Amino acid sequence: MATITIDGQSYEADPSANLLQAALTLGFDLPYFCWHPALGSVGACRQCAVRQYRDEEDTTGQIVMACMVPVADGLRCSIVEPEAAEFRAEVIEWLMSNHPHDCPVCDEGGECHLQDMTVMTGHCKRRFRFPKRTFRNQYLGPFINHEMNRCIQCYRCVRFYGDYAGGSDLVAMAAHNHVYFGRHEEGILENEFSGNLVEICPTGVFTDKTLKHHYSRKWDMVSSPSVCSHCAVGCNTIASTRYGSVRRILNRYHHDINGYFLCDRGRFGYTFTDAADRLRRPLLHPDRERDVETVAEPAEAMKRIREIFSEATGVAGIGSPRASLESNYALRNLVGSGRFSSGLPRIEHDATTALLEAMRNAPDGPGSLRDAERADAVLILGEDPNNTAPRLALALRQSVRNEPIRADAGSRIPRWHDRAIRDFVQDRKGPLFIAWPASTRLDDLAAGTHRAAPDEIARLGFAVAHAIDPQSPAVTDLDDSASDLASRIARALKEADRPMVVSGTALRSPAIIAAAAATVHALRRTGSGGSSFLAVAPEANTIGDAMLEGAPLETLEQQLESGEVDTLVILENDIYRRLPAPATDRIISKARRIIALDSIATATTNRADVVLPAGSFAESDGTFVNHEGRAQRFFQPLPPAGDVLEAWRWIGRIAAETGTSKQNEWDRLDRVLTALARDCPELAPARDAAPDAAFRANGQRFPRAPRRFSGRTSILSHLSVHEPKPPEDSDSPLSFTMEGHSGQPPAALVSHYWSPGWNSSQALNKFQSEVAGPARGGDPGARLIPGNGPNERPSTAIPAPVPDDDQTLLAVPCYEVFGSDELSARAPAVAERIPKPYVALAPTDAEHHGLDSGDSLNLLIGELRVSAPVRLDPKLPPGLCGIPAGMPGWSVPHLPARASVVT
Amino acid sequence: MERPLTELIDLREGPLAREAYEHAGGYEAARRAVCDMPPREVIKTVEDSGLKGRGGAGFLTGMKWGFVPAGDDAPRPRYLICNADEMEPGTFKDRYLMEGNPHQLIEGMIIAAHAIQAEIGYIFLRDEYHRSAEALRRALAEAREAGYLGDSVFGSAFSCDIHLHTSAGRYICGEETALLNALEGRRAVPRAKPPFPPVVGLFGKPTIVNNVETLCCVPHIVSKGSKWFRQLSLTSDGGTKIFGVSGRVKNPGLWELPMGTPLREVIEGHAGGMRGGYRFRGVIPGGASTDFLVEEHLDIPLDFESVQKAGSRLGTGTMIVLDDRTCPVGMVHNLERFFAQESCGWCTPCRDGIPWIQKTLAAIEAGRGRPDDIELLHMHTRHLGPGRTFCAFAPGAMEPLQSALKYFDDDFRRHIADGRCPYNNHQTGNSNGNHHH
Repeated sequence: MATITIDGQSYEADPSANLLQAALTLGFDLPYFCWHPALGSVGACRQCAVRQYRDEEDTTGQIVMACMVPVADGLRCSIVEPEAAEFRAEVIEWLMSNHPHDCPVCDEGGECHLQDMTVMTGHCKRRFRFPKRTFRNQYLGPFINHEMNRCIQCYRCVRFYGDYAGGSDLVAMAAHNHVYFGRHEEGILENEFSGNLVEICPTGVFTDKTLKHHYSRKWDMVSSPSVCSHCAVGCNTIASTRYGSVRRILNRYHHDINGYFLCDRGRFGYTFTDAADRLRRPLLHPDRERDVETVAEPAEAMKRIREIFSEATGVAGIGSPRASLESNYALRNLVGSGRFSSGLPRIEHDATTALLEAMRNAPDGPGSLRDAERADAVLILGEDPNNTAPRLALALRQSVRNEPIRADAGSRIPRWHDRAIRDFVQDRKGPLFIAWPASTRLDDLAAGTHRAAPDEIARLGFAVAHAIDPQSPAVTDLDDSASDLASRIARALKEADRPMVVSGTALRSPAIIAAAAATVHALRRTGSGGSSFLAVAPEANTIGDAMLEGAPLETLEQQLESGEVDTLVILENDIYRRLPAPATDRIISKARRIIALDSIATATTNRADVVLPAGSFAESDGTFVNHEGRAQRFFQPLPPAGDVLEAWRWIGRIAAETGTSKQNEWDRLDRVLTALARDCPELAPARDAAPDAAFRANGQRFPRAPRRFSGRTSILSHLSVHEPKPPEDSDSPLSFTMEGHSGQPPAALVSHYWSPGWNSSQALNKFQSEVAGPARGGDPGARLIPGNGPNERPSTAIPAPVPDDDQTLLAVPCYEVFGSDELSARAPAVAERIPKPYVALAPTDAEHHGLDSGDSLNLLIGELRVSAPVRLDPKLPPGLCGIPAGMPGWSVPHLPARASVVT
Repeated sequence: MERPLTELIDLREGPLAREAYEHAGGYEAARRAVCDMPPREVIKTVEDSGLKGRGGAGFLTGMKWGFVPAGDDAPRPRYLICNADEMEPGTFKDRYLMEGNPHQLIEGMIIAAHAIQAEIGYIFLRDEYHRSAEALRRALAEAREAGYLGDSVFGSAFSCDIHLHTSAGRYICGEETALLNALEGRRAVPRAKPPFPPVVGLFGKPTIVNNVETLCCVPHIVSKGSKWFRQLSLTSDGGTKIFGVSGRVKNPGLWELPMGTPLREVIEGHAGGMRGGYRFRGVIPGGASTDFLVEEHLDIPLDFESVQKAGSRLGTGTMIVLDDRTCPVGMVHNLERFFAQESCGWCTPCRDGIPWIQKTLAAIEAGRGRPDDIELLHMHTRHLGPGRTFCAFAPGAMEPLQSALKYFDDDFRRHIADGRCPYNNHQTGNSNGNHHH
């Protein structure tokens, strides 16, 4: 630590930081715009001016920009010095000369960094008396609203969108006081991280268009800490609500996971919670084969369930990777572990089991996104992160800068000095290798790509392991280009300080995962201490579900076949998405009775005898286990309305109703977690993912409503001027009102970022132990998988080369960030971005079959017929075809599989 | 009086061809430097000559070259860039050198490239300089053909080629780091310093950026020695300097004169003094971004130090004279309009401050000024000073304004008090003594 002096007081500060960062960490209110903790310093806005003195003798000093001054021992400066303060106020006056002052009609009003900084500098009287310059706004797609007149030209948007996220369609144009940030022509912002502009922009230029459709001020919204339910990364979010519906999602900082950024699927997918096909009442289907349904009272539904249970010869439960750990566990407990299915078909189940095995055997446990961001050589084996774990792709995009920066011993540019680092690094990139059947949106960074069938990708991985450590078995019959690539990859990984291998279940290949694990262990054996394995899984709780060790769906089919089981309880799982329709139909028709719990109407709930309305993430408390085995709690921002209950609570009631458990044993989240910890020791730490319901600060709960919540007296005033009794919360230490502890809660319970003078989300600085560091009191969540040390050698069954096959194509799943996720695809804004159905085909194969782009292609995959227009992908190797996974309306499960072209 | 830079130039004859240039001893210096002088020695010679950058900043050229990391493990390639983006209002000296004797510049660049061991040279040329472009293009081809550029220059082990890059045009491209960005195809926005270009420059590699006139001095220093170069000057800054005068003088033009020639001698002698009916009121001595000097300064010697002591900067040494019938507010308004237009838009004070100044000056000039405006202008000159903006552009833009406020305060106050421009009886608003090339 360095000792610095600010306004005559001595402080300890981190010498790797800049003065602005240090001042903010120390709690000073120093205004800024262009600096961002994740983007670094560029010195553009000149807002953070302070006076710096050479030494104790120096009384004159000079005005400097704190963001450009490295912290060093003996540094002396003044923030309050009058001329520096006057200059800061003047910067605001300049910025305001063209700003429209339209705060009352601006979506940002009340949580605007520009407002905060204006107040902070004390500027209040406007002297500029000339006409303001104006701009034309652009249509930027369903996510982002554009209002350029408000722009203060801090350049953060293009620095995030272009430099950080790799987008090319948002740029700075023109010069002097006409600098314009937009697209060359109107149109949808292409980059899947565009939503971060909403939080990056210090004022109301880029605002959340989905919020605009049901706008509410920050101070009128009730919020809770949540966890994104749209992939397995588990980004932390804040979900805000009003009038019983979710109004927006904001980033909730997690040092090891999402940091400051979310993907657009996670930010804009939330409106599925309010879609027309939400289930809100129990439904009965007297005849499953006919489309007749009746709405039932909960008691009536329960009565029917009691009947079904009493008639059943055996009840099995189908869990779900998108349901919480508590709900899955409650179901397993209800039906018994022998009759509990993970809800996955064998092909996915086996890959997930292999992944979990690799995670448990990883030397230091599974890697985090923060590890990915810090890696200096990366091999991606069989994943397409932009589409399967988008936030990971953003982390990997940063990783390629590490090697060029490390390689530079001479220039000694501090890491935060973004301008200079980029001038120095230019387009040099560290090693990133991608093995995936088709092209990916990280290819522009890649030092090498291997586009091949899943087994060939696994073979490349094993070859890399062998090239790193000859003790790993050799791969026979590998072609020359793959061999060369394997040695290049091996060399890059060995030379790195922090090599990383990314792999997952996207291609449903246990062999790929084994190859990735073999590579990590080979690195560890040859002395690469920092090597890590990063696991990618598809759904929010894929890992938590897998850790409950249910059987694949096919096992249930056998149990139904044998008559051991005749009744199913299906938890938040549309099994038509998991198995081909004919196979699903067989399961459904063999089950005499089906009880389904879900938040959304699906093909599966349509065929259940009884449907219970389960809460979405917005009406539930629960735990997801993310891709790194971290248990994370999400809390409901909305009290469940009407008949909606958390799925685990429904299951608890069923258990009580049917006599499988004592009355009310399951009516508290903490009780479910306690039982879980008792039954599953590996999952026991999940209890500590967040404070329990009894937790208080000074005897007080933590408010979900903001300090200045105005809604409580006005929101329902058209019905009654009496204030209704606030809903109670038996499952968390949060309250639904603004009353409670006024200080900062533990990070797991943060519902909003606010601090005196800081009304925008940039108040976050005040919630961190140091700027851009861990949350005060530690980051939330509990790691369940600690790692297994260096000596484990995973199994190595190297697949044989993929034989040439002129007759059929190998159909592999490919993924779409907008479309492949079941829930977000139901959100209207996301739905606008879902591509039309397609089958990706190599041009040579297309020619072979006389097909051109857009022509209809008919495929027979097992017993399933698939028909979609051809999309030519020149990067796809011949013999393969790519079919998007999980697309709404035409999900094609059970890939990879051989497909024959039907004419 | 020796005029090494310009003695061979006769614009009526067009650019000097290689043959004629070599006949007069051209390329001898480059040949000797490349074949017989180790790079260190070249740098030492230039350092000893006291040559200071002629682009306006006046930094010691030899010392700058010395900042390029030496040694076998130093980053490669390295770049030498000639800053020929001559866009300073009132300045046209580099154009004269390039149109008249392009080989002199190329020879200077070969020597400089050898000194810093640069493999690649660029001439970053102002877009509007079509004649210079043509002359340079031909001269580069001639030099390449003769084996003075390309692989093994003069048959030595040293290889270097020079490329001409014509700018897409913006004043800020003359700022050396914005020039680097422009050359890389990025927005022409200045870079942060440190790191300085000699360490992290074009494409992240060591780079030296020198002005045309600076590089043109180099062959003469090498051939005649640093002592000779020093004695050309009347003061401690070595060499000759091209001085230029525009405005209402009898004989506007350019002259190569000893560094340190008194201001009065340039204006009253070489430029012939004021035209009939006009009196001298002031002069911006080195382009638009330098402070006004007035009557009392006429006897100062024109070198970097003396002009600075008088409260201005030598800058490019090409001056604009203000006469007594031109409105000083109008002149400053014209300059600030240029700066407001040419601000790159990167940092707040420059981007949003200068347009405010320009609008305020326009209002004053149009008779709509307010008493508070004077203080507002003062405030801007204070807050757009060095260190407060990202680069030197805005501080430069403040120099004519702050000195005008000092020397022509009465004029500003009369505009506001009378509600009109007092000079408008004599002439129209646009004719205000500022000549753009």
